[in-house]
Amino acid sequence: MSKSVWLGGCAAAALMFCAPAIVTAQDDAADRELVINGEIEIVTEADAPAHLENMSTIRSGWTFRSPETQTMQMDDFDNPGTLGVEAAREAFSADLGNGESCAGCHESPEELAGVRAVYPKWDADAGAVQTIEMQINECITERAGAEAWGYDSGEMIDMSALMSFVSRGEAVNVAIDGPAAETWEKGKEIYYTRYGQLELSCANCHEDNYDNMIRADHLSQGQINGFPTYRLKNAKLNSVQGRFKGCVRDTRAETFSPGSPEFVALELYVASRGNGLSVEGPAVRN
Amino acid sequence: MTLSRRETLALGLGAFAASFVLPKIATAATEDAIAAFTGGAELGQGDLTLTAPEIAENGNTVPIEIDAPGAESVLILAAGNPNPDVATFNFGPMAGAHTASTRIRLAGTQDVIAIAKMSDGSFVEARQEVKVTIGGCGG
Amino acid sequence: MAENVKPRVRVPSSASAGEVVTIKTLISHQMESGQRKDSEGNTIPRSIINRFVAEFNGETVVDVKMEPAISTNPYFEFQAKIPESGTMSFTWYDDDGSVYEDSQEITVG
Repeated sequence: MSKSVWLGGCAAAALMFCAPAIVTAQDDAADRELVINGEIEIVTEADAPAHLENMSTIRSGWTFRSPETQTMQMDDFDNPGTLGVEAAREAFSADLGNGESCAGCHESPEELAGVRAVYPKWDADAGAVQTIEMQINECITERAGAEAWGYDSGEMIDMSALMSFVSRGEAVNVAIDGPAAETWEKGKEIYYTRYGQLELSCANCHEDNYDNMIRADHLSQGQINGFPTYRLKNAKLNSVQGRFKGCVRDTRAETFSPGSPEFVALELYVASRGNGLSVEGPAVRN
Repeated sequence: MTLSRRETLALGLGAFAASFVLPKIATAATEDAIAAFTGGAELGQGDLTLTAPEIAENGNTVPIEIDAPGAESVLILAAGNPNPDVATFNFGPMAGAHTASTRIRLAGTQDVIAIAKMSDGSFVEARQEVKVTIGGCGG
Repeated sequence: MAENVKPRVRVPSSASAGEVVTIKTLISHQMESGQRKDSEGNTIPRSIINRFVAEFNGETVVDVKMEPAISTNPYFEFQAKIPESGTMSFTWYDDDGSVYEDSQEITVG
């Protein structure tokens, strides 16, 4: 039993990655430039940050998608992910349940421009690295005194999308040193650990095999600068850690949960691999 | 679950048979939909362009476009869907050009079919195969 | 009425007489196809927008019969002829009887 499972997993892993498909459309797609609404210039390719040992260039997931999917992100009207942004704009000034609102402290979502680019980030009061979702909940509970939102709830994903939206075009720049270093190291360890029956690490797909095909899917570098992301697959906004969960599940492993210390550490590490790309969320992906 | 060689073979044969039977059913439904639209009139080729991606990254959201300068209405069908009907565009007097774009669901690799009813009462057809990729990562 | 259904439209605010303008519409809607099953194996009943109409000053630009194969958050792009100042109006008809409307003025000057 265990032997046949192991063999099956081994064969599956060996067969999974194929040489890059010769698809002209995708070659063209990699050369396009992303300018949203004809005005927001997005850096989709940059030199890898110094801490990245095995790659010289980092590329947004946008550069791996088909021209049709790419185009959907080039105009906010065409991008259904902006529906979540609009919902969050309303929630921003809406009653949090106790008469308070985000707008009670922050004049407008635009006042928070740039914030997304440096998250996850060390929070001295909490004594931990916090994702933007944790920061939003800290605001809701501690500053507004209202009840916390579910970490991976629809309203949280929408608000996270709004925080990305107002920071679009800003360079991702998460700190990995100082008090954040320990969490970053833990995230790095998770990134390179093989999980599940297929014994795959994040790096197996997204560092060793990006640009190759995994069955019919064009593997990206797994950058998270475009999250939350509107996926054509489920036609809704998907959170970073929700996507992590899907990835780990696909290795046939028991996954960590969104909001768990493991995924917070992983998010910091993966975000740092994209230092230098632009904040792009809500992006459109397959 | 363990399968004997015989069971595995039977499963394979079943899938083989299904691959012939299912498109037949879909074809019948597609033909019925076409007949209902055209009243059985002959389909010609003409001033109708259907634009769809050769490969769709996900079948759930596939952008398509029709351009039919002399058409009153255009029927869109997806021959390989459980129900082939997709949409019917009826152009009115204020249509600036008889073009339209939308996003559709395709259950798998298949032909997308557009049939235009021209203002002279004739019908023209355009087809485009769209390959729908089944990804490695359901995520 | 389906939840959180919000139409949005992109219409130019001005045009020259007789100009052909591009219109885009998108409405947030699940477009439940009737083909899916819930976690207990029961079919989720169909619930879609089945018709979309765009009119300029009461005359039809495009009238679309929509089926469950239209994707979630239905999107349309088309062209309208603008002979004079007036109102572009948009109507979406839901299976459940709800009707969603939006409109925008276009000035010819």
